[in-house]
Amino acid sequence: MTTAAGLTGVHRPVADVAATAELAPRRPRRGLAKRVFVAVLLVLFGVLFLYPFVWLVSASFKPRTEVFDNAIIPNTFTFDNYINVWQEAPLALWLVNTAVVTVLAAVTVTISSAMVAWGFSYFRFRGRNLLFGLVLATMMLPGAVTMIPTFLIWNGLGATGTLVPLWAGNLFGSAFYIFLLRQFFLGLPRDLFDAARIDGASNWTIFSRIAVPLCKPILVITLLFEAEAAWTDLMRGLIYLRDSATFTVPRGLKALVDQYGFGGEWHWEILVTASVITTVPIIILFFLGQKHFVSGVATTGLKG
Amino acid sequence: MTSVAARARTKELLKHEHHSPSPAKRRSRRRNLVGALLFLSPWILGFLIFTFWPIVYSAYLSLTDYDVINDPNFVGLDNYATMMDDPKIALALSNTFIYTLLKVPAYMVLSLGLALLLDHAGRASGFFRTVFFLPKMTPPVAVGVMFLLLFNGQSGLVNAGLETIGINGPSWTTDPNWVKPGLVLMSLWTVGASVIILLAALRNVPQDLYESARIDGANFWQQTRHVTIPLISPTIFFLVIVNTIGALQSFDEAYTAFFGSGNTTYSNDAALFYVIYLFQQAFQFLHMGYASALAWLLFLVIMVITGIQFVVSRRLVHYEGEAK
Repeated sequence: MTTAAGLTGVHRPVADVAATAELAPRRPRRGLAKRVFVAVLLVLFGVLFLYPFVWLVSASFKPRTEVFDNAIIPNTFTFDNYINVWQEAPLALWLVNTAVVTVLAAVTVTISSAMVAWGFSYFRFRGRNLLFGLVLATMMLPGAVTMIPTFLIWNGLGATGTLVPLWAGNLFGSAFYIFLLRQFFLGLPRDLFDAARIDGASNWTIFSRIAVPLCKPILVITLLFEAEAAWTDLMRGLIYLRDSATFTVPRGLKALVDQYGFGGEWHWEILVTASVITTVPIIILFFLGQKHFVSGVATTGLKG
Repeated sequence: MTSVAARARTKELLKHEHHSPSPAKRRSRRRNLVGALLFLSPWILGFLIFTFWPIVYSAYLSLTDYDVINDPNFVGLDNYATMMDDPKIALALSNTFIYTLLKVPAYMVLSLGLALLLDHAGRASGFFRTVFFLPKMTPPVAVGVMFLLLFNGQSGLVNAGLETIGINGPSWTTDPNWVKPGLVLMSLWTVGASVIILLAALRNVPQDLYESARIDGANFWQQTRHVTIPLISPTIFFLVIVNTIGALQSFDEAYTAFFGSGNTTYSNDAALFYVIYLFQQAFQFLHMGYASALAWLLFLVIMVITGIQFVVSRRLVHYEGEAK
C-alpha cells in the first residue's frame, strides 16, 4: 500500500479541510458538468458501438441496389434476402450442424474440465503442483504448433469431413477452464467434503453431489464461454470441413463470401443477411446469459 | 491473525501424519492417488495425445517434406533455410508486426477510456457495459464481412461518415497502405472484454485513495495518472500481453475479408498475416513440413516478444503488497 501511505500520510491542516467544505456549494454544479460530459461521451460511443448492428440488420431488409445507401430505415422494405439466402445456401443444415457442435463442445469441456479441476483441488499427491504447472504451460503454446499433427490424428482416424474434430478434443478438458474451475473449487470449505467422507461418500459422490452443485455459477460461465467459442469458430471449419452439407455457420458464411464476394458477381445483400443470421443466435445466447458473461469476463480476465 | 496459527497447527498435524504412516493410512493414501488419477485421466490422456505428441511430431515434421499423401521425407534443416529466403515470410511478419503495433496501443487506450467512462457512469454503467461488450459476441467471420461492407471505399458507412465532416476517406479495403489501419479500426469494435476486465480492476481501487488525492488537490487527470493507472497497472499489463499474443495470431477477420477461393480482386498482400500464410502453406499447398517450421518460428517470436514485455514491465507495473 505504498501509494496509499504516500497520499494519506500528508496531514492537512484542519483549516484546509474546512476550506474544502466551504466549496461544497460548487460541488453539485461541477458534478453536473462532469455528469453531462460523461453522459455525452457514453451516448456517443454507445451509438458508435451499436450502429454497425443497426446498419447490418437494416441492410438485410434492403433490395440489392440499395444495400449501400446507408439509410437506417430501408427505402424499399423487402424480405426477399431472407428467402433467397435460404435457397442459395443450406442455412438450416448449417445452423443444425453448428448447434450440434456448440452443445457437444460446451457440455463435454465443462464436464471434463470440472473433473480435472476437482482432481487438482481436492486430492493431495506428490507432483501435483508440477502437473498443474504443466496444465498452465500448455496455455502458452500457440495453436499453430499443434494444429498440423492434430489434423493428422483426425485424418488418420477418418474423421475429416465430419463434425467430430470440431468438438471431440473437448472431451479431455481445456487448460483455461481447468484453471478457472480449480480456483473456484479451492474456495469451497473442505470440512464439507471431510464430513461427507466420514459418512462414507465415494470420491465420485462428493464431486458430483456436493462440489458440482456448489459450483453452478462458474460452470454456467464455462458453458457459455465455450458455447460462444464453438459457435464462432472458423479455423477448424476451414481445416476439417469440405462438403457444404457438413458446414458450420461460420464456415458456410466464409463460403458465401468466396462465392458472392470474390466470385465476380457481387451479392452483398446475401452476405449481409447471412451475417445477421450467423450473429443473431449468439446475441440471443448473450442476452440469456448476460450477467454470467459480464461477471465471468470480469472475474476471469478472459482473453481480450 | 488467527488463520496463521491455524495453518501452523495444521502443518504440525500433517507433519506428524507424514512421519508415522500406519498401514491403514498408507492404504488410504494410495486410494487417494488412484482417485486423483481417475479424475485427472481426461487431461492426462488429452495432454499426451493432443499436446505432447503434436509438439514432438511437429518438431519432427519441421525437418521433413510432407504432403499428407506420401510419407514424410527427412530433409534436415532445409525448411528453416528456405524460410530465410522466402520473401513472403518477411512480408507476413512485417504485416503482423505493423498490425500488432497499431492495434494493441489503440486497443488499450480505447478500453481504458471506456472503462473510466463506465466507472463514472453511475446507474447507466450496466446498460453501456452491455452495449460495449455486445460486438465481442459477433462471430469474427461476420466481423470480416462487416469490414468489407462498412469500410468499402466508395459506398461504405465509414467513408460516408467521414465525408460529412469534409474528409475524403481512403479505399480502406483495396489500398495496401490503408488495409491494416482499417482492420485495426474494425477490431476496436470488439474491445468489450478488455473494457470489462479494466472496469473490474477500477472497481477494486479503494475509494479512500481518490478521497485523499482530491484533498491533496489532484484534478481528474492527476488522479488518473498517479492513482488509478499505477493501481490497475497489473491488469493493464495482463491485457497488453494477452492482446499482443492475440494480435500476433490474427487470422479470422483478415482471412474472411481477403483470402479464399476465387479471390483475385483484392490487394491481399497487405493483409497477409503470419498465421494466414502458415494456414495456406499447410492446408492449401499441403506443405506440412514447411508449415510446421513456420509454426515454430511463430512460437519463438511470441516467446521473445512476451519476454521483452515482461522485462520492460518490471519498471512500469506497480504491484500491491499482496499481489494476486
